[in-house]
Amino acid sequence: MRNWLSKRREYSRTAPETESGVGPMDSVFTKCEKCGEPIYEKDLRARFNVCPHCEFHYPLSASERIRLLTDSGSFEERDAGILADDLLGFENYGQRLQKARGRTGLDDAILSGTGAVGGKRVALAVLDFSFIGGSMGSVVGERVARTVELAGSEELPLVIVSASGGARMFEGVYSLMQMAKTSVALSRYVEGSWPYISVLTDPTFGGVTASFATAADVVLAEPGARIGFTGARVIEQTTKERLPEGFQTAEFQKEHGMVDRIVHRLSLKADLVRLLGFLP
Amino acid sequence: MILDFERPIKDFEDRITELRRLAGPSEELRGEISRLEEALDAARRRIYSNLTPYQRVQVARHPERPNFRAYRDALADDFYELSGDRVFGDDPAVRGGLARIGDHNVVLLGHDKGTDVNSRVKGNFGMAHPEGYRKVKRFYELASRFGLPVVVLVDTPGAFAGRGAEERGQAWAISDDLMTLARIPVPVISVIIGEGCSGGALAMCATDYVGMLENSYLSVIAPEACASIIFRDPSRAAEAAEALKLTAADMKGRGIIDEVIPEPLGGAHNDPQVTIEAVGQGLNRVLNGLSETDPEKLRQARYERYRRIGAHATENGQVG
Repeated sequence: MRNWLSKRREYSRTAPETESGVGPMDSVFTKCEKCGEPIYEKDLRARFNVCPHCEFHYPLSASERIRLLTDSGSFEERDAGILADDLLGFENYGQRLQKARGRTGLDDAILSGTGAVGGKRVALAVLDFSFIGGSMGSVVGERVARTVELAGSEELPLVIVSASGGARMFEGVYSLMQMAKTSVALSRYVEGSWPYISVLTDPTFGGVTASFATAADVVLAEPGARIGFTGARVIEQTTKERLPEGFQTAEFQKEHGMVDRIVHRLSLKADLVRLLGFLP
Repeated sequence: MILDFERPIKDFEDRITELRRLAGPSEELRGEISRLEEALDAARRRIYSNLTPYQRVQVARHPERPNFRAYRDALADDFYELSGDRVFGDDPAVRGGLARIGDHNVVLLGHDKGTDVNSRVKGNFGMAHPEGYRKVKRFYELASRFGLPVVVLVDTPGAFAGRGAEERGQAWAISDDLMTLARIPVPVISVIIGEGCSGGALAMCATDYVGMLENSYLSVIAPEACASIIFRDPSRAAEAAEALKLTAADMKGRGIIDEVIPEPLGGAHNDPQVTIEAVGQGLNRVLNGLSETDPEKLRQARYERYRRIGAHATENGQVG
């Protein structure tokens, strides 16, 4: 879980979190961390944090993701106001939650509800990496499960966009059990005939990949997204093995048969519309 | 192997052995020996009734702790092992097959940590690859097809973290096991006999009944890994083990598991036979109880059980 936590912090300068439209940052330009070309914040934001020069996909907040995918004004949030409880009294967890809530304006690492995608109503859940690494604790687990159930009861297609370091260890076994919670919910949903489409974005790891994020009818991934079970650095440390270039990228996962398609962020909505058009 | 905190026990044992040798057939040192034996018993009682969470983790990992093979050999009247995931290979880190336990035909499976250096290495210390988790899925489906209860013995430091495991879809295999577990209409029973670490354990213990041996543990992450992330210092694993609330008693207290199965004084490794018998009795009791349950009710109860678990509050203050 550790490497992107630290790595992503370097990107925060070029990855505005929730602001949209014209703001005081518009005239600011920075260098793309990937290609080194200068980019205006304004241009980056207009392209949903995709570098205009090298197409590198920077992290995208849940609210921006929803703006990207849903028809304007169609999103209705559900299950807001569910807050994590620090039942274990884990070192600094309470403070971390406070800080993350203050910084992101979110209750937890997820936004969920219903929205229209090209006129088709869907149940949608989106994870937000900027909230404690998008980690899955009880709130993420609960809201994913409720979104799955909402999709089932209202007979809607289900779309979940993941960006997560995995289980939130501050919640101990409760975080582990969210894997079981989301799986039991999904196992019922897939008995029906509505589709579940999972979108994996950078990064998606651990307990999220090992539960709901991969248990979908169709798995899409953003270019270059790092996706796997255990992070590359941990694998290198424990096995002393040098990992090949491109290990655990979306492209690697597609090559190994784990992902259906790689979809550029700016084509994602059109892809979903097209895909959903084939399905009930 | 002697664990650090068991050192006083070992010292008493050594002194008793030494005195016995010195005394030979003479009665001279008998008083001293029995005094030491009492002290040994007291030391064992004192140490084992005050184990810290991290000490329990060490007991759970003890190389002489009874493992899958010991339970299989003692509890199954017949065991017909089945192998392979039908895709890539056979992973010896998990084993399973058809077994007869008491009056029940079951599918028995578990992590196999091995018994000596060779078998430990072969079984990758109980850390399964995706082919192992795919084999597990086969067992779940086999049981479902023939209406057989599933008995799982959980003992793993986690799913293997390595290049091959990633290339072959470790996360996908675990997710698939969880989805399969959620839907099979047969009783699924698990006992955590040693380590129950991370998704690699959960893929085999999100079950209708979960028992834990007194000194086993269940955790989202190994205490050492947790310490290196939170404290940036793996040597603070004892603190992490404390914070993770990972003991069997914690799990029972929080309603995550059904039962704590007591271990003999000095831990399961001190008396494997008594431990195995206790697990066997528990399994028989649960099998007798669950095998009469309507399959749909089982699935419903399993759904409700795992759907409910969480540490959160909604706006109106209700704890979920």
